[in-house]
Amino acid sequence: MTTSTSAEHSRRDFLYVATGAVAAVGTVAAIWPLVSQMNPDASTIAAGAPIEVDLAPIAEGQAIKVFWRSKPIYIMNRTKKQIEEARAVAVSSLPDPQSDQARVKEGHDQWLVVIGICTHLGCIPIAHEGSYDGFFCPCHGSQYDSSGRIRQGPAPANLAVPPYSFASDTRIKIG
Amino acid sequence: MSGPSQYQPQNAVLKWVERRLPIGGLIHSSFIGYPTPRNLNYWWTFGAILSMMLGVQIVTGIILAMHYTPHADLAFKSVEAIVRDVNYGWLLRYLHSNGASMFFIAVYIHMFRGLYYGSYKEPREVLWILGVIIYLLMMATGFMGYVLPWGQMSFWGATVITNLFSAIPYVGDSIVTLLWGGYAVGNPTLNRFFSLHYLLPFVIAGVVVLHVWALHVVGQNNPAGVEPQTEKDTVPFTPYATIKDSFGMTCFLVFFAWFVFYTPNYLGDPDNYIPANPGVTPAEIVPEWYYLPFYAILRSIPNKLAGVVAMFSAILVLAFLPWLDGAKVRSARYRPLARQFFWIFVVVCLGLGYLGSKPPQGIYVVAGRILTAYYFFHFLILLPILSRVEKARPVPNSIADDVLGKAGALKAVGSAIVVLAAAGLLLIGGVSQSRAEEETPPTLSWSFAGPFGKFDQGQIQRGLKVYKEVCSNCHSLNYIAFRNLADAGGPGYSEEQAAALASTYKIKDGPNETGDMFERPGRPADYFPAPFANEQQARVANGGAAPPDLSLMAKARGYDRGFPTFIFDLVTQFQEKGPNYIAALLQGFEENPPADFKLPDGSYYNKYFPGHSIKMPKPLSDGQVTYDDGAPQTVQQYAADVAAFLMWTAEPKLEARKKLGLQVMIFLIILAGLLYFTKKKVWADAH
Repeated sequence: MTTSTSAEHSRRDFLYVATGAVAAVGTVAAIWPLVSQMNPDASTIAAGAPIEVDLAPIAEGQAIKVFWRSKPIYIMNRTKKQIEEARAVAVSSLPDPQSDQARVKEGHDQWLVVIGICTHLGCIPIAHEGSYDGFFCPCHGSQYDSSGRIRQGPAPANLAVPPYSFASDTRIKIG
Repeated sequence: MSGPSQYQPQNAVLKWVERRLPIGGLIHSSFIGYPTPRNLNYWWTFGAILSMMLGVQIVTGIILAMHYTPHADLAFKSVEAIVRDVNYGWLLRYLHSNGASMFFIAVYIHMFRGLYYGSYKEPREVLWILGVIIYLLMMATGFMGYVLPWGQMSFWGATVITNLFSAIPYVGDSIVTLLWGGYAVGNPTLNRFFSLHYLLPFVIAGVVVLHVWALHVVGQNNPAGVEPQTEKDTVPFTPYATIKDSFGMTCFLVFFAWFVFYTPNYLGDPDNYIPANPGVTPAEIVPEWYYLPFYAILRSIPNKLAGVVAMFSAILVLAFLPWLDGAKVRSARYRPLARQFFWIFVVVCLGLGYLGSKPPQGIYVVAGRILTAYYFFHFLILLPILSRVEKARPVPNSIADDVLGKAGALKAVGSAIVVLAAAGLLLIGGVSQSRAEEETPPTLSWSFAGPFGKFDQGQIQRGLKVYKEVCSNCHSLNYIAFRNLADAGGPGYSEEQAAALASTYKIKDGPNETGDMFERPGRPADYFPAPFANEQQARVANGGAAPPDLSLMAKARGYDRGFPTFIFDLVTQFQEKGPNYIAALLQGFEENPPADFKLPDGSYYNKYFPGHSIKMPKPLSDGQVTYDDGAPQTVQQYAADVAAFLMWTAEPKLEARKKLGLQVMIFLIILAGLLYFTKKKVWADAH
């Protein structure tokens, strides 16, 4: 030991550091599959493919609930009054400012399609209840208007609009 | 050995903690300052390897339990879902199933090391007995784990093993009913086995703590078998043992990875890829390889109770070893006779293991009885006598002396090789007695064989066409969804093509708002629909034999390759018994059976089908399926294509597995090399 030169020392240190580094890389790489397995599996992802919904049976003033990716989706056929109410309010006065036009598809203004999950803590709001002709969440009292926008209560944001498009005038494709 | 701790923390926080909970001192005295004999050889790294394997099994097991469903109707399916759909599920499952085998390989080496070097002798009796308890717990855990996939071997293994308890006089039957929770092995049995399989590893971990505690009280034995006397005889655990163990563990991981990535089903039984069927017992029930010696002992004794007693005694006798072998000299190095008998005993154990895998007839029964008798003779008669009459050679005065006068290390390896060769010859002799009764399928060359094997996309596509046009009229393909056709490492279709194919199928769905079932075009997420609504319908439509599901067929069929080919298969990574068999079967129909063969009505003669009488008529003929890629439209080509297709349906992650395997192998070999040189540097000043 006492006779070893500094060159030998640094060579040895390099070996130790290299070994430690390679071992550390291996450990991190080994953790990857252990964490990745928790993500949705292939069958779950495949089951989350887009769905088509026929709108014909939904009368004006009615709302239905369908499931897409295990989430409830409200499809509401709004009345003239509901649309007018939603458009009468000053957007800037809203907690989460967004115009009604931005939340529906142009030319299909009577159809409101929103994910029926309260943005507060994930309960399902009830349609056609509350003071705004929209949705009322019974868990903590959040109130959404006829455009699904938060108006009152603890929820921080509007009900989310899922990706969807009109396949025809009476069919939508969600997803 | 581990006296008051030398650990003196400098950091104020650590000091504060240490005064209230001396955990730092515990860790320091157990894994850093702990004096370890300086003459330990690599057989001593198996303790660390076993700890690692326990960790691997617990971690992968907890993860598998997140995806597994312990229900008789869903267990098999959920295991397949893990392998096919969960991210890295195939890796985790193969790590766990092969990990069990690796655990047992390591524990057997660990135990034989203890036997050779007399590690069970005073003052290590309790340490040894705790080891026997761990081994028993491992056997129980391994057995219950094997039941969980709920394949044919799971089910029938569970039936046979639980029935062992029925041998107990008077209360046997009640105990068996209690174990089953029903009138036979069934859903309640599976549920409780799952619960216990989750529990027992933690019990093992607890006993391992006791084992290590006992070890650290009495100190490690060593190849010389003399106790350390001075400072010069030992080195501190860290860095010396730590780095040596790390190198040993990494080498073991290379061995482990070979199985996981290249021959993951080598140690398994094809029958376990057939879902459990309480109405049909497999032709041969064979336990996992690690139980085979004891299975051979069980079968050697022609009385039910005596057989069970002998089997359990074969394990329990180990606990009495410290008192059966009274020789003062520990290490067999200095006991010339004991050393030879040790190697004979190793051969006997290997022989029993081989016999346990063979059908109990003819020469195998006789050999089994002789070896069983020898097994007990070794412990109960030979060792007690030997320890009284044998004259041991002088042992070194100290460990330091042993290190200086080193010579015997290579000798042990040499004798191990000689013994294994002798055992090999013995087995060849045994095998040449039995002649091949069945014609084995010819070995074809497959694009997916070997370490770099890949599926031939064209061939898989052609195989799919044959399946669709011919096989699918009677056979289901339950585990394959249309989306799988677009998966990487498969037939190579685009997602649009997979969706287009799916839409040509009618899928039953529902109920709709009015409560009715309806049919709709298939989607990528749908599975290939089965040709029959249920098994009874399939049976009636096919002359009494339900056509089996084909998804796993390429892994659920095998044949005996015989000794020594089956050992070479591990090296050459031969994994293609299933496709060979399928291709052979499809071409093995013969119009005119041999004159002495009585073919039952409604059956057909097939050269390669076990028993030769098959209910399926010859399904393929030349030109039956039109290929548009110019491949020959012959039965031979159809058979090979559909066999390759079924290999893909059985092992859809084969390409990902081999690819990751190469990366892991390269990494582990680099790490092992680095650790080897680091170990040399660290130990340079200890020698």
